[in-house]
Amino acid sequence: MSSNPERAGLRIPHSGGSKVVRLSTPLDLSVLSSLKAGDEVLLSGRVLTARDQAHRRFVGLLKKGSGLPVDVKGRIIYYCGPTKTRPGAIIGSCGPTTSGRMDEMTVPLLAAGLKGMIGKGRRSQKVRQAVKKYKAVYFLATGGAGALLSKKVRALRRVCFSDLGPEAVAELTVKDFPLIVGIDTRGNDIFK
Amino acid sequence: MRKISAKDIQECVRRLAQKANFSLRADVQRAILAAFRKEKSSRGRKILSELLENARAARNDSLALCQDTGLPVVFLEIGPDVDLRGVDVAAAVQKGAAQGYREGFLRTSIVEDPLRRGRPKFGPCVLHTAFVRRKGLKVTILPKGFGCENKTQLRMLPPTAQKDCVEDVIVSVVKDAGPDACPPYIIGVGIGGTSDYACQLAKEALLRPIHKRSRLKHVAEMERSLINRLNRLGLGPMGLGGSTTVLGVNILTYPTHIAGLPICVNISCHVLRSASDVL
Repeated sequence: MSSNPERAGLRIPHSGGSKVVRLSTPLDLSVLSSLKAGDEVLLSGRVLTARDQAHRRFVGLLKKGSGLPVDVKGRIIYYCGPTKTRPGAIIGSCGPTTSGRMDEMTVPLLAAGLKGMIGKGRRSQKVRQAVKKYKAVYFLATGGAGALLSKKVRALRRVCFSDLGPEAVAELTVKDFPLIVGIDTRGNDIFK
Repeated sequence: MRKISAKDIQECVRRLAQKANFSLRADVQRAILAAFRKEKSSRGRKILSELLENARAARNDSLALCQDTGLPVVFLEIGPDVDLRGVDVAAAVQKGAAQGYREGFLRTSIVEDPLRRGRPKFGPCVLHTAFVRRKGLKVTILPKGFGCENKTQLRMLPPTAQKDCVEDVIVSVVKDAGPDACPPYIIGVGIGGTSDYACQLAKEALLRPIHKRSRLKHVAEMERSLINRLNRLGLGPMGLGGSTTVLGVNILTYPTHIAGLPICVNISCHVLRSASDVL
């Protein structure tokens, strides 16, 4: 593996000791539960973007017992609010935002069947326990690399809450999106 | 006198807003490359190489380095020869920033009402002005991302606090930020003045090239000591372990009151963005 930063990239994942797993959606729960904290993952398929305000609305709707505008069962939520899309482009810069802000709003979504989250940074004890309970996975993406990550997005479809601007919910189709397992289905946490 | 028009200011801010968001500062880029060469953790090296690749992709495609294009903070340093009679300076700055963000396809990250929130817009930015001795009008824009801005801390230490105590405060703020705010960090510190001024100094400290140490010998020593201490924390790139926790520590000081020692620590993620020009 070349150690030249001019050439090193996301195209050729190198493990640094841990294994690289290809994961696709719809999620195969047996593959999901085989993942271990620290594993590198290349994700292909569809994820939903949602961050602070979309979470607030989701949780509000769940509390009222109403359905969500989009079913999160079996799906992955990416904590991401992209920049504007240039004409002819698929998406703008689109890296992860800090996950911790979503901690207080995460457990109801896991209870509703959410199976994966993508963000950056630590999660609370409560989230860790719920990830274990509901056999979900928390993934890390490299923060501050939004221009590079935009190359991994093949399509964007607007889903709901368009009034939230960059915080609107969209469905992204990604190809070989590079991730690291942060918390696995057994509740092991890369930061612990 | 140097007559400067609203148009000149607007155009300058527009251009700098895009430059700051598309082109990683040369000093930051050099620091990441140097860290990449020194970093012992292979995962850390991989992340640092991604950051260099990201900087190239952003510049080549005029894409934002980070999707969080921040809350732009604009500094105007007004020299004695600058003639701004009849110019609505604040309006020109706001127009330029919003135009730069809109035309650069950056992000609408700013809500008009912090309590009721609402649909985010491109502005307004925060504007600081200062009257300086240097000629001309220096315009600087610092788009501050909020993942790291959220980790800012202000402490009002007692005036008898020793140097070690000041260092400990700075280290504890970085530890609190932990892996959440995109390390390796650049730490801006403001010491002295009043509570509000310490916060402004901490932000301004981020504008100094990160390889340059303070001109005050004892402050430069503190910066060096902190760089060593912080890099020994082992947090590493994205907090996944390694010897690169900070790329720099910049401290600015100002005279303060006999009863106090304000200290503000402003953390910047590795995507420290700013751009300047003199009109």
